[in-house]
Amino acid sequence: MARAELMNFDAALDQFEPVIGLEVHVELNTRTKMFSSSPNPANSQFHSAEPNTLITPVCLGLPGSLPVVNETAVRYSISLGLALGCSIAASSRFARKNYFYPDLAKNYQISQSDEPIAFDGGVEVELDGGRTIVVPIERAHMEEDAGKLTHVGGATGRIQGAEYSLVDYNRAGVPLVEIVTRPIFGAEKDAPALARAYVATIRDIVLALGISEARMERGNLRCDANVSLRPRGAQQLGTRTETKNVNSLRSIERAVRYEIQRQAAILAGGGAITQETRHWHEDTGTTSAGRPKSDADDYRYFPEPDLVPVVPGAELIAELRAALPEPPAARRARLKVEWGFTDLEFQDVANGGLLAEVAATVAAGASPAAARKWWTGELTRIANATGRDVTELATPAQVAELAALVNEGTLTDRLARQALEGVIAGEGSPREIVDARGLAVVSDDGSLYAAIDEALAAQPDVLAKIRDGKVEAAGVIIGAVMRATKGTADAARVRELVLERAAAS
Amino acid sequence: MSCPEASGTLAGSGDSGSGNPAASELIRLTAAELSAQLVAGEVSAVDVTQAHLDRINTVDGTVHAFLHIAHERALTAAADIDRRRAAGEKLHPLAGVPLAIKDVLTTRGMPTTAGSRILEGWIPPYDATSVRRTLDAGMIPLGKTNMDEFAMGSSTEHSAYGPTRNPWDLDRIPGGSGGGSAAAVAAFEVPLALGSDTGGSIRQPAHVTGTVGIKPTYGAVSRYGAIALASSLDQIGPVSRTVLDAALLHDVIAGHDPHDSTSLPDAWPSMVEAVRRADVAGLRIGIVRQLDSSSVQSGVSTRFHEALVLLEKNGAQIVEVDAPHFEHAIAAYYLILPAEASSNLAKFDSVRFGLRVTPPGGGTVEQVMAATREAGFGSEVKRRIILGTYALSSGYYDAYYGSAQKVRTLVQRDFTAAFEKVDVLATPTAPTTAFKLGEKLDDPMSMYLNDVATIPANLAGVPGISVPAGLAPEDGLPVGIQFLAPAREDARLYGVGAALERALHAQWGGPLLAQAPDLTRMIPLEGGHR
Repeated sequence: MARAELMNFDAALDQFEPVIGLEVHVELNTRTKMFSSSPNPANSQFHSAEPNTLITPVCLGLPGSLPVVNETAVRYSISLGLALGCSIAASSRFARKNYFYPDLAKNYQISQSDEPIAFDGGVEVELDGGRTIVVPIERAHMEEDAGKLTHVGGATGRIQGAEYSLVDYNRAGVPLVEIVTRPIFGAEKDAPALARAYVATIRDIVLALGISEARMERGNLRCDANVSLRPRGAQQLGTRTETKNVNSLRSIERAVRYEIQRQAAILAGGGAITQETRHWHEDTGTTSAGRPKSDADDYRYFPEPDLVPVVPGAELIAELRAALPEPPAARRARLKVEWGFTDLEFQDVANGGLLAEVAATVAAGASPAAARKWWTGELTRIANATGRDVTELATPAQVAELAALVNEGTLTDRLARQALEGVIAGEGSPREIVDARGLAVVSDDGSLYAAIDEALAAQPDVLAKIRDGKVEAAGVIIGAVMRATKGTADAARVRELVLERAAAS
Repeated sequence: MSCPEASGTLAGSGDSGSGNPAASELIRLTAAELSAQLVAGEVSAVDVTQAHLDRINTVDGTVHAFLHIAHERALTAAADIDRRRAAGEKLHPLAGVPLAIKDVLTTRGMPTTAGSRILEGWIPPYDATSVRRTLDAGMIPLGKTNMDEFAMGSSTEHSAYGPTRNPWDLDRIPGGSGGGSAAAVAAFEVPLALGSDTGGSIRQPAHVTGTVGIKPTYGAVSRYGAIALASSLDQIGPVSRTVLDAALLHDVIAGHDPHDSTSLPDAWPSMVEAVRRADVAGLRIGIVRQLDSSSVQSGVSTRFHEALVLLEKNGAQIVEVDAPHFEHAIAAYYLILPAEASSNLAKFDSVRFGLRVTPPGGGTVEQVMAATREAGFGSEVKRRIILGTYALSSGYYDAYYGSAQKVRTLVQRDFTAAFEKVDVLATPTAPTTAFKLGEKLDDPMSMYLNDVATIPANLAGVPGISVPAGLAPEDGLPVGIQFLAPAREDARLYGVGAALERALHAQWGGPLLAQAPDLTRMIPLEGGHR
């Protein structure tokens, strides 16, 4: 792949204003598919099924088969729409998107066209430097995934030039929600980082809702990035390109950055941008031209006559709204205070996509500092070295157990790393490994009391709040104690002791 | 020959219920009569099945109602019913009664082609819901019946496997698309058949073969396993020789199916009960002013008006009503149908099932798809795919598909307004009696116009029935009368149909089909028996 000429990023930003638009496909983790009773491979329970084993006549588009809407998928879609700040349509309907492709069993995709289930929302996205941007959401609609093609022979691994292609219909009919933003203006030099942070936020939202496994490497979460540039001061939007299937957070940032630099070089050289789909190449960090795409692509949409409209009812919407989890931005702010992390420490966790892991590890009894250290340190290092997903290496419960062993003095950090190796190798729980491998070294609340009393004395207003029953105020004290003990304390124990001390003093 | 009465038990009048009837007699019995004899143990399911298979063997080489005959499977199923009955098991009244299935319905383990070359040899891994329900009732499928390819046509001449002939005149069409099911029933090859009706494919064949055909309310019978022509118009229904028989089959196949999102959740009243209560006293029957056109053949018109007079004598009131948009129904239909069909037929691409044609020297997947579709689809199918693709194209959608949907709404309003004044509507089912094979094959417009009276019901989703009204004096061929009722009022159609049938049978001294020519005399028999 010849590397296109690129303009320096800062120079590009001097001359042009980048406008981005993001389409994120979320595979829902319902037990069955969008329109059939077949098990859903986007549910981790069925993820490793052999090709073409999770299929029904509906998935294969056999003559006479008919789709029936998965009610759970509709509930999940409404919850997601609400979490994105969208309005939920009182009545929405499916449409057929007609095109021929061998991974598309019926040669049409059941999607939603002019009547999406959710529309007009916005998501608050926080950038590393603390800048917050509200990304406007145009719509979120339900659709079915296509099957998966593997092209055999040929140099590119694409359909052109392949000797033959294998089709796996397991993925055909997996429930998807496609979230489409409006054009995002004003991100400027933060546009690449915003693209990344936006997708990370969507991931946090779907994980908090429990509606998707959200594993980008498995395609549970896929992002298409639209990028266009316009000369400074221009009103009219530039011609856009759509970079497809950028499947990691890091790649999203790189791909947007690359497109800005590539387009700037072309425009500055007097050239014109071709409206097209572009493919992202992870290895070279470049994009290449795919098929030309124009607004005139004719999918011959028409209302899907096999399905009745989806009419959720105000009661259901209210029920799902009441059950929404804490929004990611609020959750992050709360966790940051509770965990007593510095901005940098917290970003480390958040950018690594490890918030859920750290939270689960803390919930399992580890101190926030220990949880952070394990996940962003040793585990991430091993994941990077082995090319595996960090969340596959160990469970939060195992990490918490390791941390406890260190905390109680059974293991030193060095021994704990050896125990971790055993965990990753599947030898059992950390305690079992300590026993089996003969690891282990040779603790008390006393040292903590001093730190707690000091923190309570320093902040009498907080002490008063805790005594008034505002238990959540304890987070501030817990944070202070964690800082004072350099994160070695057991946060859950600190919490107990803080409440005990506050009541007693 | 007994004249089935629309009253009393399924055993009918009992005049054919004694002794062990000869095979030639068995095939002449209605499903209700067969049921009574089977329940009484006067005849075995194997005997009934064998008699019909023999009849098929004798006449179907000429009539060509069947695309597939399931000899062994039918006899095995019949023996199983006999065994269960002998063991004292409580069976459905239709257990052991033979059935023909239009080849548009999927049948597990039995070839299903929809009359198309592109599905030649395909054996579905699952049963259509309607089929499954007849199997659960213990009915015996004898085979799959011929049809216009993908149900596109009014003559069964568009079948890739050759036309079916009309048992009344072997040079004439049996109607379409369900000509196979109608001809099988009219030729006494089977007492009951399943059909599908998108614009008249059950009712128009009934009209030209002297049989009874019902298109139920849209959503009354599951479409799961019915190979889709136009999803918003297709409906599965019974074909029979009497209204009571149709009701028996209707009660088996109707009802909610979780596999079909458009299936109605309603609990349905018994159609058999409606037949038994048949009474038209006080019934208001509407005649559509706009359909009383000069294009209707005189004999069709004559029998239609005689039937109305007869109904009036029995206490019905005849009222003229307006349905101003019915005249636009055909135009709207021939946009909506091709549009939906163009998308429904996209799945026939050689990738997962059916025919695969590889261009000489191999080709890309796109070239294989194109070659397969070129070779596998007939000309009428290609015509409608092209029409539909065009109608849905960007820039034309509003003018064609969009306008057609508006007309559809207006047709629905016409029905709503009409049904405020009357209980049912009556029309000639089709404008002419059976035309000659080949007569309209090169004139699609003239073929399309055959459906002028049947199409509005599909556009509005309302039920319709065609019952025999007599023979046209000028050509001696059957004529049907169609009744239409509001959605969900299928029982009303069975009531009026049964009442008319009773009055006409009294006039004729038996069913109309008793007057049909003896096929065994029309068909040279050498080589007929195996």
